[in-house]
Amino acid sequence: MVAVAKTKSRTKLAEQAHFRTLRLPSPFQPRLEALAAQQDWYDWAGYKAPHALWDDELEYFAIRSQAALFDISPMVKYRIEGPDAEAFLNRVTLRNVTKLKPGRVHYTAWCDDEGYVLDDGTLFRFSADRFRLCCQERHLPWLLDSAIGYEVSVVEETQEVAGLALQGPTSFAVLRDAGFKGVEKLKIFDLAEFPHEKGSVTISRTGFTGDLGYELFVPVKQALSLWDRLIEGGKLHGIRPMGYTALNRARIEAGLIVANADFVTGDSAIRTDRLRMPDEIGLGFMIDPAKGHFNGRRAILDARQNKTLKHVLVGLEIEGNIPAEHAIVYHRGKREVGLVSAAIWSPTAKRNIAIASLQRPYGDTVVDDLWVEIYAMRELQYHKLMKRAKVVPRPFIKLDRRTANPPGER
Amino acid sequence: MTSFDAIVVGGGHNGIVAATLLAKAGRRVALLEARPELGGPARTEEFAPGFRVSVAHILNRLHPEVVKALDLEANGLVLDASDMPSVALSADGEPLILTGAYGEGLSGASASEAQAWSELRAQLIRYAGILKPMLARRPPDLSGMTFGETSALGMIGLSLRRLGKEDMRDFLRMFLMNVADVSDDCLTDDRLKGLLAFDAVMGSHLGPRSPTSLLGLYYRLAGEIGGKAGAQITPSGGMGAVITAMASAARKAGVQVRTDALVARINVQDARVTGVALGSGEELTAPIVLAATNPFAALMELTGPRNFDTGFVRKVTNIRMKGSVAKLHLALDGLPGFKGVAEQDLRGRLVFAPSTNHVERAFNPSKYGGFSPEPVMEIVLPSISDTSLAPAGGCVLSANIMFAPYALKEGWEKGKPKFLKAVMAQLERVAPGIGKQVRHAELLTPPDIEQRYRMPGGHWHHGELQADQMLMSRPVAGWSGYDTPVDGLYLGGAGSHPGGGISGVPGLNAARRVLARKG
Repeated sequence: MVAVAKTKSRTKLAEQAHFRTLRLPSPFQPRLEALAAQQDWYDWAGYKAPHALWDDELEYFAIRSQAALFDISPMVKYRIEGPDAEAFLNRVTLRNVTKLKPGRVHYTAWCDDEGYVLDDGTLFRFSADRFRLCCQERHLPWLLDSAIGYEVSVVEETQEVAGLALQGPTSFAVLRDAGFKGVEKLKIFDLAEFPHEKGSVTISRTGFTGDLGYELFVPVKQALSLWDRLIEGGKLHGIRPMGYTALNRARIEAGLIVANADFVTGDSAIRTDRLRMPDEIGLGFMIDPAKGHFNGRRAILDARQNKTLKHVLVGLEIEGNIPAEHAIVYHRGKREVGLVSAAIWSPTAKRNIAIASLQRPYGDTVVDDLWVEIYAMRELQYHKLMKRAKVVPRPFIKLDRRTANPPGER
Repeated sequence: MTSFDAIVVGGGHNGIVAATLLAKAGRRVALLEARPELGGPARTEEFAPGFRVSVAHILNRLHPEVVKALDLEANGLVLDASDMPSVALSADGEPLILTGAYGEGLSGASASEAQAWSELRAQLIRYAGILKPMLARRPPDLSGMTFGETSALGMIGLSLRRLGKEDMRDFLRMFLMNVADVSDDCLTDDRLKGLLAFDAVMGSHLGPRSPTSLLGLYYRLAGEIGGKAGAQITPSGGMGAVITAMASAARKAGVQVRTDALVARINVQDARVTGVALGSGEELTAPIVLAATNPFAALMELTGPRNFDTGFVRKVTNIRMKGSVAKLHLALDGLPGFKGVAEQDLRGRLVFAPSTNHVERAFNPSKYGGFSPEPVMEIVLPSISDTSLAPAGGCVLSANIMFAPYALKEGWEKGKPKFLKAVMAQLERVAPGIGKQVRHAELLTPPDIEQRYRMPGGHWHHGELQADQMLMSRPVAGWSGYDTPVDGLYLGGAGSHPGGGISGVPGLNAARRVLARKG
């Protein structure tokens, strides 16, 4: 009896092991831990992820002048397969999936019935009826309910698939020297399978930096061997593992937005006025009214027709060199018209840049006389700065090497 | 002709009402019915050689505006509101008889009970009267109302105020109560309390002690016949006569009625309805399609989830619509005898629900997927008022039996013979010897009703009629005004506000909505 009770309690403890690990380890955790001089971790969708490994500044410059390796395994991933997979995704997501050819990737977003953005992400098309959807938040119940009436299976594979982003001007050279033959054929947004160990790795020419770069996906069992293969191949190309802080700088320069940083996703917003339509966060280009029905279509087209869109997301260039992170935006220095969601001094553009959400018509038809209020902490005192802001197009930097064919070597 | 101004799908009574109204407004209307005859569950069918019956067996809420709009009396319907009593049967004593419109008179009860009932009845009818106007129009639209709608809602508020302080308090206090508590507060006679409990939960998946069960009784009492609240009749000629009169009104109005016309698909293009495709492959076009069918069938089966947003699909697939009522049809050798019931009262509605507890106990197993071993029932002998329903000397018994859950745990194939046995045993208690008179028995479980009448769930109201599925939440929140996210597609069946029963109101309201929108 005692023995049975003991086994029982041990089983119970084993079932609750996740309480002991506050954050899940990534498949690359042994490598990351070994490099994490900073020990500066954050929580990415339940995973332990580094803000910086050794120096965020130098990690950033690895993106722009070498090759930086970033663990994207915590990204939420769904395997979507079946004869109706294309029709299903066309209904769920905004962009026209019939235009996405097998072997291609596109950036898309999806909305609820009211046309509010639930998330954005990338859609990988492996074949006519096999896809992978990558995103920030979890959406399984939504995707499964969306599958009613479609012959499609939706499976979350976040924990089964490890991912790495390899970004920077030497990233192609790293892959070539790591022995991925034919990777030079990948054009921007192409994907292909390459042999790795006994299996294969999916490599796409995609990324979140606005630079030349690739993303690699493998089953978790092959995660560490892939990491080692890249580090080995990149020895002479300055490959450097990096954390999120460096990536964040690069993505701001590229003008890319992050869910729950630059906009609040539909399911996580508590306040109704935080919800955003695609047109309100710069994703209006995704909407294809001619493609047939998709979630939120009616609400989105109504809002366009009735001109009820309330917000607009813009790129700002701000005078001076103090980053305006989370600064309030004013019109004529008085009227509050919005908020900066992300801002840095851009080392590559050599400009003080920001992404901001403004209340229409400001930022839309009224773009002159905008100001941001920056509080700069200087030795325990705020210096309040009122700086002129100019609406400028995104991306803030445009690097030819991102799309160059064949890809450059350095 | 294959092109119309409007196509009405479903030739149940709501479909006929909607089609007629649209045609009267000058639209070219096609009414499509899958079966050879109109009427849906109100149609009369032969269930044994020479014996005919309709699933809906009592008329207690045919709306006066429907009668007027379709001119049903000129089309041959006689709404003779002469007394059809309700008889509360008792297994071991005398029955209690409610005469007049829902018990204007009470015979078989003590004087003090009769007095208490008269007061409670007046109160219930008064309160149901407050809600009544809400049932005859579109539910309040939370996203914006016209001046007319707002002022109509204001009138309801005003009528509430006019009750006076005490009465208004009682109205609000009782609104979401259960029927058991209300009748325990006011009454002592178990037979009467059992009858009220039965009527309140009839058609719902609720027991008399379930919160909000009183709403079912209000719904019942909000109905009227011949201007009398709570009245009930079996019209001369039976329920078939109602459908015949409606169909005649439809044809006179110019509705092109097509029976044997099964709709296989509602066609949508670019978020707009374009018409329907029939099972035969024929395509009919119209800018307006009004589906007077079950809402799930109309939206998910005929139109298809791909034409709607995921959130809407979620709502529609989550409508609770699993029926709890079975229907019994008996072909009898002769008039059965019910204990203590005089022959002239056999034309009444005989309810066997001897106490609140009995109804509650009958409900209990259905929560767990079992049928009631001692079911409660409402019995009508329709062949008394319409002799054509049975051969000479024969008699038709038609009964609503509760509780028979849609998803019976052991499966209906195995469960049905057992349930029929339980039902017959109960009948034998109140009508000894009836078993020997049975020539043929037909028991329709909710899955049978689902299949025969294309009603997913086989539910009376095409969706539970409970507080969370009423008014602006019927059939789903955000789309309660008869229109749908697909332009030109409207719903007009019992699954829409106000709900089921032979009232014609969903069809009437839906047609009015179409006309109001299109000018």
